[in-house]
Parts: sequence; C-alpha cells; structure tokens
Amino acid sequence: MEYRDLVIIGAGPAGLAAAISAYEQGIRDILILERENFLGGILNQCVHNGFGLHTFHEELTGPEYASRYIDKLSDLKIEYMLETMVIDISEMRNVIAINEKRGVMEIQAGAIILAMGCRERPRGALNIPGSRPSGIYSAGTAQKFVNLDGYLPGREIVILGSGDIGLIMARRLTLEGVNVKMVLEILPYSSGLKRNIVQCLDDYDIPLKLSHTVTKIHGSERIEGVTVSQVDEDLMPIPGTETYVSCDALLLSVGLIPENELSRKANVTINPKTQGPIVNERLETSRPGIFACGNVLHVHDLVDYVSEEAALAGKNAADFIKNVSSEGLEVEIFAGDGVRYTVPNKVNPINVEKYLPVRFRVTKVFSQATVLVEFDNLPVHKKKKTIMTPGEMEQVFLPKSWFTERPFLRKITVRIEGDENA
Amino acid sequence: MRESQKLTCINCPMGCELEVSFTDSGEIIVSGYKCLKGLDYAKKEVMNPTRTITSSVPVVDGEMAMVSIRTDRDVPKKLIRDCMMLLKDMKVNAPISAGDIIIENICGTGVNFIATRSVRKK
Repeated sequence: MEYRDLVIIGAGPAGLAAAISAYEQGIRDILILERENFLGGILNQCVHNGFGLHTFHEELTGPEYASRYIDKLSDLKIEYMLETMVIDISEMRNVIAINEKRGVMEIQAGAIILAMGCRERPRGALNIPGSRPSGIYSAGTAQKFVNLDGYLPGREIVILGSGDIGLIMARRLTLEGVNVKMVLEILPYSSGLKRNIVQCLDDYDIPLKLSHTVTKIHGSERIEGVTVSQVDEDLMPIPGTETYVSCDALLLSVGLIPENELSRKANVTINPKTQGPIVNERLETSRPGIFACGNVLHVHDLVDYVSEEAALAGKNAADFIKNVSSEGLEVEIFAGDGVRYTVPNKVNPINVEKYLPVRFRVTKVFSQATVLVEFDNLPVHKKKKTIMTPGEMEQVFLPKSWFTERPFLRKITVRIEGDENA
Repeated sequence: MRESQKLTCINCPMGCELEVSFTDSGEIIVSGYKCLKGLDYAKKEVMNPTRTITSSVPVVDGEMAMVSIRTDRDVPKKLIRDCMMLLKDMKVNAPISAGDIIIENICGTGVNFIATRSVRKK
C-alpha cells in the first residue's frame, strides 16, 4: 500500500482548482484520480462561451476555461492518473482505485478531496408513461454526442425541462440543422438563466412552453412522438389539453444530482436537500480529513464559484495535512423560511479568516424581498434583493468581526423576508 | 418608420421586458428598463445585434474525434446561419493548437473561426 498526502477524486474544474490550491499551500505529494481519459471533466463538452467572467474577467468557452487550470497543473507538475476508477474509500481515508496499467491500487491518503461532480436526472426519475423506445437522452448525453463524438441525436427534437444544458443544446442542435420543435417546462418559470432563454431560444424562435410537460411517449423501436399536456398549479396534467408532437428524439434537461456513491461508502453524512455532503466552513465532511467541493457538494450554476470553492477545499485539506489544529465549538447554520439549503452547514468561528461565504438557493421566485441573516435569532444582516430565483445561487459574506463580537454564538439562520411574488 | 420591437433584457435574472420604438427622425425610444444596463442592451440589440458562434468540427487523425471552435470576435446576428454553413462537411487535420485559425475571414466579416482546444495527432 502506498501513502499520499492528498488524493483528489475527479479532475474536473473542482479537482483541478483544489489541487493547484493545495500545491500553493505547500503540499507536494498530490495525486488526482480521473476516470475519463482527459482532464477538465464536463468543461470539455461545454463548447459554448460564457465561462470565467468572474474569475478571469473575460468570456471563455468550456475548453478554454479548463485549459487555464490544466496548463497550471502541468507547470506545477502535479501528478494525475487518467482512466482510473476509484471503487472504494473508507472512513480512515483508505482509497481503492483501479486502472488498466496498474490493476488494483490501495492508497492511504493524508486527506481526500471529493470532486466527483454531478449526474443528470434520468427518465426513470420522472414517471412518464408510455413505451421504452430508443431516442431518449439526457441533454448532457446529447451534448457529448454532438460536441465530442460528432453525432446528432435526431433530426426532429423535443426538449423536456428548461435547465441550462437543455437550452444550450436547443441552440447547438438548431445550428447543426436539427428541427428543435419546443422546450417544455412543467413549472410556471424556467430554471435556466435569462441570457440562455434569449440567446438560445428567442434568437431562433424556439417556443418555450411553461406549465407544460410530456404525458406520454410514443413509438416501439424508436421514439415517434410525445403527448404534451398543460399542467395546473399542482403540476397535474389538465385533461383535454393533450396535443401530439412528432419527434425522433426527446432530450431531458430536468436537473442534476451530486454523485455521492463514494462519499456514502466512506460514511460521509449526506444533506437530503442538496444530495451532497454536510460540510463545515472548511468544506470538511462529517469524516475528518475528507473534504468536498464543486458539484459533488451542491449543484452550481457558475463554474467560477466551483473553482473558488475548490480552492478553499484545497487550502483546508493542506492545513489538515500540516496538522493545523482548529479548536472551538461548531455553530450550526440553518436554512430558514424561503431558503432551500446553505453551504456550509456548520462553522467553527475560529477558522473564519476575513469572512465566511455562505451560499444558498431560495425555494421559489422572490421579488423585492430581503435576505436576513440572524445570529441566535437576532438580525445581524439585511440585504434587499430586486429578484431571487431558485435557478441562481445566492451568497452572503459574514465578516470575522461578527463572530469575534459574539463568543457565545450557537446558531446562524439565513432566511428570506418580505414581499414574495412568483 | 421601423416597427417597435420587444426584447428581454439578459443582464440579470429580472429579465425586464423592453420595448423599443423609433421616431420618424430615427431616434430610438426604449421603455420597460429598470436600470441603465437595460437601456444600453436594448440599443445595441436593435442597432447592431452580435453574437459569438461556438461549434465543434471533426478532426482527421486526432487523439479526439472533434475539436471545439469559436469566432474570435462577435459576428452580426443575421450572419450566424451563413457562418455555420461554412462548417458543413468541414474537417481539420491534427495536430491542432488552441488558437489556431480554422477558417479565416468568415463571410467577409474579418472574423475568424479559431480552435478553442489543442488536439494532438493520434
């Protein structure tokens, strides 16, 4: 069995930024394990632009954003293994991985950073009645076919779900000559970014049908069409609104789920709201020395925030390896009214440097509402927001001084107050 | 006189519904915006809407089957389809370095399609 100071699982944007950050904190014995045969993860198939505005102040495509980190990684000569699958990790940070060249490897890690990313929700999660023909893909699979493999998923396409990947694919396929007939969204609003609705749908006159869903799939070998129905406020199909739409492919863009099979094997506690690990301010999970960042922790809408979060995980993993102690009591952070979840879920005030970033998502669309942060039920911060939607991650920054002024702090709550308007 | 145009502002999640109309003298009147970003956006969208085009094209003898590309500057929105037609049946030979010009001066715009990643020879 070999020993490594730091093992990072996944070489997507989170894994890369975490490795570089740990290196910059003085850790040299780093190993990144990646199951694909390239670095950069999902960014490789995200050929569209719009990445990096926060980090680099310019608009990059996915591969360009990834290369900024990949180039740095090779300058620093940080070690990685491709086509290597991690099959088990233990509470005690013992990692079992496998690849073609070396067979089964057992590695004892000083610290582990979980950076496995997320997965798309599949058809099985939706309960759509009808047959099981071919031609039904998740939007990300279609993206891989078109951008990495050079195949089109179909010629006449319906997209169910208005998540960003679905919107991006509506444009991408239209530009390749595919007839994208419509995008259906069961909710009365889209979870996609406004920019994508305008530049991917409006620009090409692709209809976005809100409060509509697929209620039946037709076809035996290959999909031939779908039944589309309008839904009521309870998201139930309204009888009599059914229309038949022919298509040879159906793409699903209905949400992402953090990929935590390995985390569960290490007995890491999972937050049912995010499907990602419960973490403290160091992004450390319930198991000491196991950290998490990026989409495995909670689904992000901007890669810039993934890189920032991963850098923090890398730094904290380095501190753990160097045995920087952190005494003191942990304070719980609660998601109050209107807040679906927060990351982190706990904070040890001693470890807060200049400020603690708390990221969260709201439960529904709020306009002219106030973000309220309470320390032991007393308001310490109020910020009015013109608009907040579940599709866009929000954040508040809690300065160190707020913690030093309140040594007996027990509980932090983030909640939304005021006028709501869906 | 040009007909009035409806737009959705893309600068923030508000997504203000903007209406742009034109006076006889050609002046632009924008309504519906809640901040100056919306006003600027509306003017640009009706005067000279532009977009970056991104795509991917097959590679011959490459380590990867496809190479991702983009325009090195924005092109007029109305030329998007013409620019995409240039990519029809297009193939490039490996090796390719990020930044390499794939097609020069597309549709007479002076804008180039460039590679956004490197692909080594197989």
